[in-house]
Amino acid sequence: MKHTDILGMALFALRGNWLRSILTALGVIIGIAAVIVMVSVGQGTQAELDRIMASLGSNRLEVFPGGGRGGGVRMAAGSLPSLTTGDMEAIRDEIPEVQYVAANVRGGGQVVFAERNWSTSWQGVSEDFMTVNDWRLDEGEGFTPRDYGTAGKSVVLGATVRRELFGEGEAVGATVRIAQVPMTVVGVLAAKGQTGWGGDADDVVMVPLDTARRRLLGAGNPAAAAAAATAARPAALMPTDRVNQITVTVARAEDLEFVQEEITTLLRQRHRIQPGAEDDFSVRNLSQMVATRTQTTRLMSLLLGAVASISLLVGGIGIMNIMLVSVTERIREIGLRMAVGGGPSSVRRQFLAEAMIISLGGGAIGIAIGIAGALATARFTDLPVVLDHNVILMATAFSVATGLFFGYYPARKASRLDPIEALRM
Amino acid sequence: MDAGGPRPEAPVPVIQVEHLGKVYNPGTPGEVRALSDVSFRIDGGEFVAIMGPSGSGKSTLMNLIGCLDTPSEGRYLCDGVDVATLDAEQRARLRLAKIGFVFQGFHLLPRMSALENVMLPLVYAGVPRAQREPIARQALADVGLADRAGHRPTELSGGQQQRVAIARALINAPPVLLADEPTGALDSRTGEEILALFERLRDAGHTVVLITHEAGVAAHADRTLTIRDGRLVEGGAEVQP
Repeated sequence: MKHTDILGMALFALRGNWLRSILTALGVIIGIAAVIVMVSVGQGTQAELDRIMASLGSNRLEVFPGGGRGGGVRMAAGSLPSLTTGDMEAIRDEIPEVQYVAANVRGGGQVVFAERNWSTSWQGVSEDFMTVNDWRLDEGEGFTPRDYGTAGKSVVLGATVRRELFGEGEAVGATVRIAQVPMTVVGVLAAKGQTGWGGDADDVVMVPLDTARRRLLGAGNPAAAAAAATAARPAALMPTDRVNQITVTVARAEDLEFVQEEITTLLRQRHRIQPGAEDDFSVRNLSQMVATRTQTTRLMSLLLGAVASISLLVGGIGIMNIMLVSVTERIREIGLRMAVGGGPSSVRRQFLAEAMIISLGGGAIGIAIGIAGALATARFTDLPVVLDHNVILMATAFSVATGLFFGYYPARKASRLDPIEALRM
Repeated sequence: MDAGGPRPEAPVPVIQVEHLGKVYNPGTPGEVRALSDVSFRIDGGEFVAIMGPSGSGKSTLMNLIGCLDTPSEGRYLCDGVDVATLDAEQRARLRLAKIGFVFQGFHLLPRMSALENVMLPLVYAGVPRAQREPIARQALADVGLADRAGHRPTELSGGQQQRVAIARALINAPPVLLADEPTGALDSRTGEEILALFERLRDAGHTVVLITHEAGVAAHADRTLTIRDGRLVEGGAEVQP
């Protein structure tokens, strides 16, 4: 018996009850489409995290002030102004495994150019900050050592700020005002796009660390001084050389944990923390944080995949159910086919072919809908989506497996019918 | 089409039954003996009726002759092939090659045209698609239904449906045409027409075995085997042990 004849007979039988065939396939269609969309979103999230991981590198440590416990209340990291430029220099000078150390202070303000202005955040950065954070310049030369040494009034704009203030116009060489202070644009950062946490990484301006301290935070700036006064924080706790964050990279990733301990020891000494007392700073291994998030995401993808697989399972059970009904309904036909020479194997193949057509046809439609759904998700939501051809292959394999697995039992049941009994029906 | 037609003058047994017996559910409380020690032979070109009342074992005998079942005792040679040793798959192939069935209830597939119904055994026989239709059209013409090829069974009268079934039974040119109460669902006039068709087929050289409970129907056959309570009471043949 030829395969084309089996296929023809199966199609003929399915056409005879086309509505039921389509409704049965619907289970597989929904299941496959769900698998594709869910897995694509899961993989997109994974890829996003991988990208962040790669951009962070596996050799970074970040030191934040605070993080100690005061009277049982865990203070938010960064809430105590405990880190200083001195700490940064000590880390650089005393721990040989360290490759780069960079410090920064942060603030926010209005950047004004001519009649345009843009509210953004600024960062005062030390010399190696750009290197450590993999910032590159699209335009201009950036800060000179002199800018760093003399608190020069130079600024580097993020791509978003540049676009908002200058549009297509020339930015480098122009003078912008940040918190009333006029500064010369010496560079524009290459765009980084989204940050790992969903913000706009390019909505930032950078100035040398001392510039930020003296001109944006310092006494020379009445607005900032007023802000500091109302911040209800004793001036004694605000050393003038404070920094918001110190970023450390090590030359070899395997030294990371060792350097993490060294920094902790060093800063406890420098901050004169008694043994047993809590640190007034925290050292974070960012790749660990991302790794934790990656695990969470993986679990999410797994759950999404599981939910989608269950719907596919339900679809498969639907096929089995309908095929069993079909065998019972067509028992006379089966008897006749056997009498005129159809052996058990040809009957089994015919019913298996019917189940396969339902599941493969449903799979094909489900793949189309799944791809459309994944593309729509990418377009209309913020969810990252990666549509991998492996997903399509997997979906095809799933629908074949569904048809075979759930079609086999009814087909076998049909093939084992006694033709005498079947003819009597 | 005509391979099953005229056969040589010397009688050749197409059905040879020796001490055949059938027991259902052997060794259980539900054990039923349906057939005991039945022996006969039917030669090529014969028109034979197997007659008996309901419950006599004639249906069992038909299932055995039609290779739908295997005997519990004795031996059955279908056109020289011993059926007892065959599995379901092999028996299906044997039916395809040796037996053309005609049923009381016609057993046509309702969604197929007369032509497609007639073609069905050709599909299982592996006849190439292009060759099937001309063969089936000829078979329909042979039973006088050339102009009804495209009709569905529901658009045909009972007699016409039975003739489609006969065309289907003949299409593989099987050595044996096995008809189980072929007139049972027809009025007497149409039944006579069908029986006349069987006579014509016998004249054309086909071997026809007719199972019936009506003596009037059996009378159309050349020879009648009468069965009662699972035993052959008339028309049997002595078989050398």
